Amino acid sequence: MPSLEDYKGKTPAWCPGCGNFGILKTFKDTMVELGFEPHQFAIVSGIGQAGKFPHYLKCNTFNGLHGRTLPVATGIRLANHEMPVIAVAGDGDCYGEGGNHLIHAMRRNISIKLFVHDNQIYALTKGQASPTSAEGTITKIQPSGVFSEQLNPMAMAVALDCSFAARGFAGDPEHLKTLIKAAMEHKGFSLVDILQPCVTFNKINTYEWYRQRVYHIGPEYNPEDRAEAFRKALEWGDRIPIGIIYRNNRPTLEERIPEIKDVPLVRQPFDISQIEASIREFY
Amino acid sequence: MDYSIKIGGEAGQGIQTIGDTLAMVFSKSGYHVFTHQDYDSRIRGGHNYYQIRFSEKPVMSPRTEINILVALDMESIRQHEKELSEYGQIIYDSASLKEKHEKPYFLDVPFTALATEHGGSKIMANTVATGAVLGMLGIELEILLGIIKNTFSRKGEDVISANINSAMAGHDFAIKNCVKCNLAVTGPSKEKLLLINGTDAIALGAISAGCKFYAAYPMTPSTDILNFMATRSKEYGIVVEQAEDEIAAINMAIGASFAGTRAMTSSSGGGFALMVEGLSLAGMTETPVVIGFGQRPGPATGLPTRTEQADLQFVLYSAHGEFPRVVFAPGTPEQAFYLTNKAFDLAEKYQVPAFVIFDTYLADTAWTFKEFDSKKIVYKDYRLRGDAFKGLPEYKRHSYTDNGVSPLGVPGEARHVVVTDSDEHDEEGHIAEDAETRTKMVDKRLSKKLPLIRQDITPPLLYGSKNPDFIITGWGSTYGVMKESVDRLSGSRNIAMLHFSEIYPFPSTDKFDYLEILNNAKLTICVEINATGQFARLIRAETGYEFKNAINRFDGRPFTLEGLSGEIDALIGRL
Repeated sequence: MPSLEDYKGKTPAWCPGCGNFGILKTFKDTMVELGFEPHQFAIVSGIGQAGKFPHYLKCNTFNGLHGRTLPVATGIRLANHEMPVIAVAGDGDCYGEGGNHLIHAMRRNISIKLFVHDNQIYALTKGQASPTSAEGTITKIQPSGVFSEQLNPMAMAVALDCSFAARGFAGDPEHLKTLIKAAMEHKGFSLVDILQPCVTFNKINTYEWYRQRVYHIGPEYNPEDRAEAFRKALEWGDRIPIGIIYRNNRPTLEERIPEIKDVPLVRQPFDISQIEASIREFY
Repeated sequence: MDYSIKIGGEAGQGIQTIGDTLAMVFSKSGYHVFTHQDYDSRIRGGHNYYQIRFSEKPVMSPRTEINILVALDMESIRQHEKELSEYGQIIYDSASLKEKHEKPYFLDVPFTALATEHGGSKIMANTVATGAVLGMLGIELEILLGIIKNTFSRKGEDVISANINSAMAGHDFAIKNCVKCNLAVTGPSKEKLLLINGTDAIALGAISAGCKFYAAYPMTPSTDILNFMATRSKEYGIVVEQAEDEIAAINMAIGASFAGTRAMTSSSGGGFALMVEGLSLAGMTETPVVIGFGQRPGPATGLPTRTEQADLQFVLYSAHGEFPRVVFAPGTPEQAFYLTNKAFDLAEKYQVPAFVIFDTYLADTAWTFKEFDSKKIVYKDYRLRGDAFKGLPEYKRHSYTDNGVSPLGVPGEARHVVVTDSDEHDEEGHIAEDAETRTKMVDKRLSKKLPLIRQDITPPLLYGSKNPDFIITGWGSTYGVMKESVDRLSGSRNIAMLHFSEIYPFPSTDKFDYLEILNNAKLTICVEINATGQFARLIRAETGYEFKNAINRFDGRPFTLEGLSGEIDALIGRL
């Protein structure tokens, strides 16, 4: 059985008090509890503070480009669908730069587990608005406040029939652990949007701000009712629901591709003698 | 005998079907074939043509002069009547075109009426036309009938017999009525020949190299690679994914390669422009990836269906930062097959991105060859897998080595983790920002590998005179027309062609001192389908050799044999 010691990574370069620490610890705890060894899964990350995440534990890592976590993760997963593939991205990375990939990953329903560190601000570039910044947020770049409407990742996920959509809070690690576990165990594309206070650049959405608002979605809620899920996804403001917002059992992309039905692509042998038959077709 | 047949018509009239079928009949008969196409970026209407050249000797370029024009629209007659050779013939259906031509070289074949009468439907008109062309040439129908049976095997006996009757009706009509035809063919070569175009050859080369993952977004002229890979995906166990955009396509290919499979993507200039950051990612993470690049005239959308060689400098210098890359530009479908295989081999051997650049012209031209020899295919798995990986006491993805190549472990196959990063990184693959690591990594990734890759690059091909006074130099798809121009001029001129198909790392002169040959010539000409002479600039940058003469064409059309050899002769004549 793996232990936390096996997951020891580099020392994080995050600001003291950053919400990412809570996510990192919870994630490691969860993987140990689920019994994963570090070499048994891969994390793909992008650029931003969240992009550094895989360096701070131990695992197969592809730290790629800003916004492009999902395409790389898709390639890995299609090449080896027996390996769990996790994507870690920030709100700017995933909802801004990589928005198109998110839409299509949800449509494909490729079994990637996407954890978005959503701090509602661009931190690495020092405090510009992100797609999830509240309308009216004043920054150096937006002195008159953000004019665009705040992106609602949960409502978008429900609208796109994303097969698993949940919201967690970095300040509630026990609850977050249940979401990470549920996402890891879900068959299909899983989005977990994690509210994550940025202690340096976001003075509005603080731990306190979130604590006053978040509440656990109760057991009476049925996340498989899509219309109900959409209503739940629209809740934001004085009360913010955390938990599994929406879930369905659509078939995954990997299941549907006949070429990898039996054996993962990476383990399929290549027989060069086959090519003769294809060459002959041109005579 | 050296005949050219042009089929002209609107998009959607089926000229490609007639052209493909005739090309197949000629090649199956044992003739050498060369086909090329010209079409507008539209689904219906406009004016397109498909041209087939065939001979008992190898042919590899388009002719200006044509022997038979199959005119399915009036525009074909307006544009191409003047291209007709001395004994050439135009066949057309006066009822469909609603105009009658009385000149002696017009043959009015009632395609539609014969189709309705013998095939039961006017949609067989193209089969009538195909049969009529063979009738004019005095070629028996046996091979065509075989192709018809094969093509329509799933559609049932009725469709097959309707097409056969239509082909026979066209054939008989031409034999009886083409009294002025003087187009009899000479016997074909006895060789069995294969007929293949550039994109199919690239795709076949990729499959033969063990490509298992192909992601792309459709864009002319690269789409046919995507088509071919998809049609063979079940047979060869290839995952083919249509990406949401080119950025996703290259990143998916990089992901699949990181996971341990050979991967490829393709696009044209505009789509590749979107891939450029991903190219840099492959460079930094040392992830092997093969990129097919089909050039077409730009800038921006340019001429979407026409041809150009104007993206050489783009491919060479695209992407931020410095890292090695391999660039091949095959001159023929045969070279496309072998060089795509070599691109996969070098990409994985040195863990670098490798390009196969072509253009619309090479994509769409079909040539005949004696064979594609699978014994010449190189397949070596350079990745660290299974027990070899498990047995290592420690593993660092980007470890410093003597030759700069670090072991490429397949994630999940051993207890070692495989870590890589788009940031500068240490040997393990973790983010590193210190000056010493940076210097050592650039040395490993770039300075050590580049000279090694150069040793694997084949020098350019010298064809024609061994001590030429006149040299035409070019790269990529102009191979055929340059070679035939040399053949045509070598009776009166001491001339040779110097053709480059392995472009980067730029070939050294160790194995073949092509610079000496260039320096000894009286006149050297760089032939390119672009406005600025991109290859001439490259050879000057890499070797210092400066071409004093250039033939450039940039109207979106390929050189013809008569056109290019005439221009070369004129330049030599001015000496």
